[in-house]
This record gives sequence, structure tokens and C-alpha cells, in this order.
Amino acid sequence: MSEQLLDTESIEPIEKEPGRFREALHQLKKNKGAIAGLIIIAIFLFIAVFAPVIAPHDPLSQNIELRKSAPFTEGFLLGSDDLGRDLLSRIIYGGRISMIIGVVSVGIALVFGILIGVISGYYGGWLDKIIMRLIDIMLAFPYVLLTIVIVAMLGPSLTNAMIAIGISQIPRYVRMVRASVLAEKEADYVVAERSLGASNFELMFRSILPNCLAPISVQASLGVGEAILSSAALSFLGLGAQPPTPEWGLMIASSREFITSAWWIVTFPGIATLLAVLGFNLFGDGLRDMLDPKLRD
Amino acid sequence: MTEELKNNNEILLSIRGLEVNFHTYRGIIQAVRSVSFDIKKGETLALVGESGCGKSVTAHAINQLIPMPPGKIDKGEIFFEGKDLLKLSEKEIRAYRGDKISMIFQEPMTSLNPVFKIGKQIADVFMTHHKISKKEAWDRAVRLLELVKIPSPASRANSYPHQLSGGMRQRAMIAMALASPEPGLMIADEPTTALDVTIQAQILRLLAELKAEIEMSVLLITHDMGVVAETADRVVVMYAGRKVEEAEVHDLFEHPGHPYTLGLLNSLPSNEKYKGQTRLEAITGQVPDLLTIGLWCPFENRCKYAKDICRKEFPEKTEVEPGHSIWCHQVGKLD
Amino acid sequence: MVRFLIKRLSLLIPTLLGVVTLVFFMIALSPGDPARVMLGERANKQQLETLRAELGLDQPLGTQYGLYLKRMVRFDFGKSIKTGRPVMEEISNLYPATIELAFFAMIFAATIGIIIGVLSATRKNTWIDFTSMVGALFGVSMPVFWLALVLIMIFSVGLDLLPTGSRMNVRYYFESITNFYVIDAIILLIREGDPKYLSSAVKHLILPSVALGTIPLAIIARVTRSSMLEVLTQDYIKTARSAGIKESRVVYRYALKNALLPVITIIGLQFGLLLSGAILTETIFAWPGLGKWLYHAIEARDYPAVQGGVIIISTTFVLINLVVDILYTLVNPKIRLQ
Ligand SMILES: Nc1ncnc2c1ncn2[C@@H]1O[C@H](COP(=O)(O)OP(=O)(O)OP(=O)(O)O)[C@@H](O)[C@H]1O
Ligand SMILES: [Mg+2]
Repeated sequence: MSEQLLDTESIEPIEKEPGRFREALHQLKKNKGAIAGLIIIAIFLFIAVFAPVIAPHDPLSQNIELRKSAPFTEGFLLGSDDLGRDLLSRIIYGGRISMIIGVVSVGIALVFGILIGVISGYYGGWLDKIIMRLIDIMLAFPYVLLTIVIVAMLGPSLTNAMIAIGISQIPRYVRMVRASVLAEKEADYVVAERSLGASNFELMFRSILPNCLAPISVQASLGVGEAILSSAALSFLGLGAQPPTPEWGLMIASSREFITSAWWIVTFPGIATLLAVLGFNLFGDGLRDMLDPKLRD
Repeated sequence: MTEELKNNNEILLSIRGLEVNFHTYRGIIQAVRSVSFDIKKGETLALVGESGCGKSVTAHAINQLIPMPPGKIDKGEIFFEGKDLLKLSEKEIRAYRGDKISMIFQEPMTSLNPVFKIGKQIADVFMTHHKISKKEAWDRAVRLLELVKIPSPASRANSYPHQLSGGMRQRAMIAMALASPEPGLMIADEPTTALDVTIQAQILRLLAELKAEIEMSVLLITHDMGVVAETADRVVVMYAGRKVEEAEVHDLFEHPGHPYTLGLLNSLPSNEKYKGQTRLEAITGQVPDLLTIGLWCPFENRCKYAKDICRKEFPEKTEVEPGHSIWCHQVGKLD
Repeated sequence: MVRFLIKRLSLLIPTLLGVVTLVFFMIALSPGDPARVMLGERANKQQLETLRAELGLDQPLGTQYGLYLKRMVRFDFGKSIKTGRPVMEEISNLYPATIELAFFAMIFAATIGIIIGVLSATRKNTWIDFTSMVGALFGVSMPVFWLALVLIMIFSVGLDLLPTGSRMNVRYYFESITNFYVIDAIILLIREGDPKYLSSAVKHLILPSVALGTIPLAIIARVTRSSMLEVLTQDYIKTARSAGIKESRVVYRYALKNALLPVITIIGLQFGLLLSGAILTETIFAWPGLGKWLYHAIEARDYPAVQGGVIIISTTFVLINLVVDILYTLVNPKIRLQ
């Protein structure tokens, strides 16, 4: 038995197609935007993971005496907020929260989007029609409004914000996956494997996922950026994270009264958000350019 | 050379040692290598060769429509009425485009602007080159549409490109190329490839008639030897960026000298086969990659007459008759 | 064309029905008792019963839905819990302010976005292109509400150049006619010859428009650039060049008209999104429009108001998409004449 296995291997030395991965890596090296994005993402992930180590202060510890200290005073690198909490530490912990929000929301969207997309494309018929109508209706709501309405319905909290953002992002994946399932369903090799008795559903997952992984990963990267922005917006409106959570949107919201007296409280959390989102957008855009054969050469 | 050209009233266009390269990230694509030829006044010169051999690039070098970058004309001279076009500024060359040098493209479906009426597109060319009113330009456009035999031209001028058939669109393209006072040279880049056979014949006849009517020279690009036989006076055969044979059309069909020309002629659907070859064995093998191509004869790997020398250097010109030149190491040894 | 219109319009009804239904079930199935939420913890049983009856909550869900649909057909969203006035009346008073803001934001975004897109496409890989595209990337990566605060901090608080906080200098005696203040101000300018209203209305519009318009501006610039680059490689552009037509004319007439086709779609889509983006912008600038009103309605759990606001905004969004689709076919001769 094992001999036989060895045999087939030696007969057909599986010449890996000149490294799809290597090719991708080569493309990546030339795409400065994608690299910049990747570096920014890596930095933010690092900050997220090691927040307790990096942060110079406890993000929640207040010091009313030292409230609204300017940057570089009183040992606050980026100043302190209206309750005397260290802004830098809060931004660092905020990074952790934003990364979690981004990943969880997009994770929700991906799981449900792919599942629904596969089912819809694979089974077709009335089920597909109903799903597509529902998706159309979801898309009839402007994205921001949809998240707001869902959170308003579930009640304001960070978890619900993630759920709302995740749900709002489902339609795009459903459409993408469904389209490629439809294209793939009748492909020769699928028909062939099916005739050999492969389970249909398993087949779809094994064949479609690799095939639409590229556009999905582009969309996912952009989606994380969008999720970070949306959660900041929800928190800003009081519908997401609740005080005293060091969430960026919430930090900006609570700084509103101080724009006349303490510019740093509003400025730095915004810049942090901007940079994090920029990282994911750069990477997503770069990925798209890399995968678009038209843009090569 | 320049003096000679200036004095020679017969010659309209003279290309000398043209080299065009595309500098892409994968490397340098040598699209055209030391190509030279002349076009006389009133003559139709056919440029033939397989897809990708550099015909369009050569033609686009004349009015400098090669996308630059990545393209670059690295060497050569292109004399038009004694003036080196490659030395002109962008503004000066533009005065030639659509005026003394006009162009028809392969794809009538995509070569007209989809959002403008065809009358307007032709009138625009008139207005670019003359100080005339919109009305006047439009009237002239209608007259041109009539000249290229578009039925009810006055109302057709009001059509958008997609409302016309392929043949009609190509006629409209030709009308646009004629929208100049003295069409010196018309470059027709595979004007009939995208059309079906009957329409092809009509368009070719139209071009021939127009040529008789207006004194102009035509550079006809094609890979169809049938079209060459019907319309051309002289032929330049290109292969992988090189010129490999040049002859009067009769000479070429009577005594083809280059193995590649032979192959091209043998692919014609006629009974008679040259040098006893059958159609299927006409040309086998792959066109070499222009990125990595060497200095020797590019046809060597597909040529059944190839000898060692063919893999060493590119052959010198052999003039077998006046006006019939061949670039092949094995000239005269093909039987 | 007529067939297309009919087909497109016939899709409208089920979509709107879906929107209305989704809103109904979201609110009906949301956890918690709306009556309890609205009245607070201290409400007694009697009060709860009355409100439930008033809202029709004592009926079975199917009946509720039927009644609800009947009301929707008449655009009857019921009365606001907070103010007690008909929701539709409040919306029609406030919506012009939002539309005015969104309109100016879009004018700002579209003109500047298209100019930037064209400039970067025609100067591809130059520093102009690079700066514009990095700028656009920042534009889509920025939290709008943060940008709004920064704008206020710089131009209003810091430099004291532009006002925020309403639609018109509060000291002017100003009776609105159309609720579109710019139009009102123009009417007043013609009638009374006093430009102060117009200048005040425009000044109040600048900062919120810039804040609201930044994301669409960035998106429009990016779409215009890539569409323009695509069009510039088309055969007909080569034809135009081969005919000796001036490069500026080739770009701004021959290419731009084609390149703008996809941009129109994006502008429409973004305009719809602006209406919901206005929720943030209006809240920050205290702009008395639908967005700010909806925000407060959500905060107060004023269900009829939320329902009405969401349905109106979504319906507008759907209608704008319809108009854009039709507009697209009108400017595209290829589709128009089929
Ligand atoms: N824009 C470009 N970038 C890179 N390479 C190019 C470009 N245009 C042409 N080439 C290269 O130049 C070579 C010659 O192309 P050209 O268009 O002249 O061929 P052709 O003889 O006209 O073929 P066809 O009959 O298909 O029109 C091609 O092999 C191509 O690889
Ligand atoms: Mg060609």
C-alpha cells in the first residue's frame, strides 16, 4: 500500500506550476502601495497584540489634576484627555479594539456571505431568487443607514456594532461568491468529478473557494478598513462602544467640546483611525492591481 | 541620402533603418529591427507578415502614434516629402496627421467614437485642418460619405457608429481618413480583416477607385496574400521585426525567394503550390519571442532549409532582380 | 428604451415593498417592548396598554403588518412619540435642508473630483498624479466626523472664517419660503436687492458640504482617473489622434465624454449615500435636517419617527439609483437608441 503511494509519487513528480505564490510575491514586491499598506497593517497588529507592553500608562486611569495636558507635558507623549487619561495609551488600546472590530465584522460577513453565496448559486431555483431579492433589498438601504438601523434595533454596544457592520457587508460577498459558483458549476472538471461521485456541496467549496479567493481577499482588506471607519462612526453617535472604552470614534466624540481648548484630543485619535484604514485600503488596492492582469506589464 | 531624396520627386515616403523597441518591465521587446523601404507617389505598397511581426508598429512609427512609453523609436529616419518626420515636434507632426498622412484601422467596430455622430467626427477632422464653419464642415463630411458610397449620406451623417454595419463603419473610417485636402499617404492597417469576404471585396474596390480619383499613395498592411495580389503594386514581407523580402507584386508571386514568403504563399487556398510543398507543411513551429530574439535570421527555427550559418548572423541583402531583394543565406538554393 | 423603462420601473415596486417590509419586521422583532422602551421603566400598566393600542401593538403581527402597509401607501408614518406631530410633516419640513446640503456637497465633490481624475489620468505617473491619488486615498480613509471637527477647529474656531451651527445668520429676520435656503435667499436678493441672505446661506453651507463631500470627491476622482485611463487606450482615441486632432481636444472632448459614463453611475450612488452620511455631518454641524432629526429619533427610540426617516431615505436612495440608470441610458447613445 505505502509502496504504491511512493511509486505514484516518483512517477509523477508534481511539478508545481511555476509557483503561483512566488509569482504573487514577485508582484507584491513591485507594488509599493501594497507593501506600504502591509507595513502599516503589521505595525497596527503589533500594537494591538502588545498593547499592554507598549502603552506607557493605564488607558483608564484618570488624573483630574493633569487633565488636558498638552503633548510632551507631564509625561504624556500625546497629551492627556479631559479626564487626565494618557491619550497615547488610549490610542494604543483603541488600536487593539479597532483591529478586533475589523477582523470580527469582516469575519462575520465572510462566513455568512460565502455560505449564502454558495447555497444560492449552487441550489438556484426559488431559493436563489428569494436570497437575491433579499440581498437587493438590503442594498436598497445606504450602508451607513443599514448599520445604524441594525444597531438601533439590537441596542447600542460594541458587540452589536460588530454584528451590524458584519451584516451590512454580507451582500457584496454573496454576490461575488454566487457569480463564481454559477460560472464554475458547469465547468468540465466539476462535472467530471461529480460523475466520479464527489459530493456536490463539498465539491463547490473545494473548487469555488480557490477560484474567487483573489477578489474576496481584495474585498476583505478594503472591508476591514470600512469596518473600522463604521465602528468609529457608530461609537461617535453613541451607538457602538460605550465609555470609558478607549475606542477611537468614542474618543473623538468625547473631545467635541474641547476643540477650542485642547486640539490634541480630537486630532490624534482621528489620525490613528486614518492611518489604520489607510493601511488596509493601500493593501486592498495594491492587491487588486496585482490580481488584475490588465494592469500588469 | 537626404539630398537624393529631396531631389527625387518620385518618392513620397522613405523609411531608413527603423528600429522600434518596447521597454516593458519584462524586458526590451525588439518590435522592429532595421527596416527600410520607400513608397512612391501613387503607389500601393503592401506590408505583409504574420500577426505580431511588427507591421502596425512600423506604420505607427510614421505618424508617431506608437504609445510612448513603453515604445521608443531608437534609430532610423522617416522622410516624408524630403522631411524627416522623426525630427519634428509633436505639434509639427500633428499637422501631418489626418492631413497628408491619414490612417484607417483594423477594427471598424471600435475605431469610431461611440458617443459622437459620424458626420460630426468627420467634420471635426475638417475643422482641425481648415478654418471653416461648422456647417461647411458638416456639408463636406456628407459629401465624403457620398464619395465612399454610403447610401443616403445626409441622413447617415446623423447616425452613431453602432447604428452602422461593419462595412459601413469602415467606409465611414475611410471617409474620415479622406477628410483632408491633399491625402498624400493613406495608411490602411488591415482595413478588411474584421469584415466578411463580400464586404472585404467592396472595401478594397472602393480603395482602388479612390486611389484612381485622388492622387495618393497607400501603405496597405495585411496578412492576407490574396488581398496583396489584388491591390498592391509592391510588397514588403516582414518577419519577427525584420524585413525579409521586397519585390514588385508580380515578381513576388512568380519567383518568391524567401522560405517564409514561400510559406505565406503556400497558405493561400489555391491549387498550385510553390516548390512542391503542401499547404499543411507550409509553416510549422513557433514565432520567436521578441524579448529574447538573437541577431541571426529569426526564421531559422522554422525553416527547413536552415544551415549553420543561419544561426550565426542575419543575412546580407541579395538583389535577385532590379527591385527584388531577399535577405536569406540560402537564396537560390531552395529546391 | 421604453421597454427598459417599463422593466426598470416594474422592479421598483417590489424593492420598495421589500424595504418597507424589512423596516417593519426589524422594528417589530427587535428585542424588548417598544411601548416600554418609549415610556421608560416607570410607566404603569395603564399607560403601556394605551400606547400599545395606539400603536396597534395589541393586534397579531399579521394584522399589524396589513395595517402598516395600508398606512405606508398613504405615506402615513404615524405620529412622533417625542413631539406628537405627524412624522411625515416633520420630514417634509426638514428634508429640504438635507437635500440642499447633499446637493452642494455633491457639486463640490463632482467638479473637483472629475478635474482631479482627468488631470491625474492625463499626467499619469507624474507628481500631480501621485499627489492626487495619495490625497484621494486619504480621502476615503478618513472618518468624516473627524474631518468635520478638524474643519471646524481650523476654519471656524481657529481662523474664524466660516460659521457653523445653523443654516443662516440667526440675527437675520428670515422667513423661509421653500425651505431651500439658497433658493429663498436668491428670491430675496431679487425681491429686496439685499445679497446678505445669499452670502450667509452659502457661507453656512461651505464647511458641511466640504466635510460631507470629501469621501465622494475621493471616490469620483479615482473612478474618473481609471475610467479615463481605460478610454485613452481605446481605438477611437487613436483614430482621433491619427486624424491630427489636438491632444487637448482628444482628451477633453473625445475621451472625457466616454469616460464620464461610469462616473455618472458613481455620482448617483454616492448622492444616495450622502443622504445617510448626513446623519453624522448634520449632527456635528447642528444642521437642522433629516439626518440630525433621525439621529435624535434613534437616540430617543422614537419608533414611528425612525421608521419614517429610514423609509424616506431608502426610498430616495432607490429612486436616485433609478434616475441614474435612466440618465445613463440617455447619455449613452448606444443604449438610448436600441
Ligand atoms: N504597446 C505595446 N507594448 C509592448 N509591446 C508591444 C506594444 N505594441 C506592440 N508591441 C509588440 O510589438 C510586436 C509587433 O506588434 P505589431 O502590432 O506591429 O504586430 P502586427 O504585425 O501589426 O500584428 P497584427 O497582424 O496582429 O496586427 C508585437 O509582438 C508586440 O509584442
Ligand atoms: Mg497590427
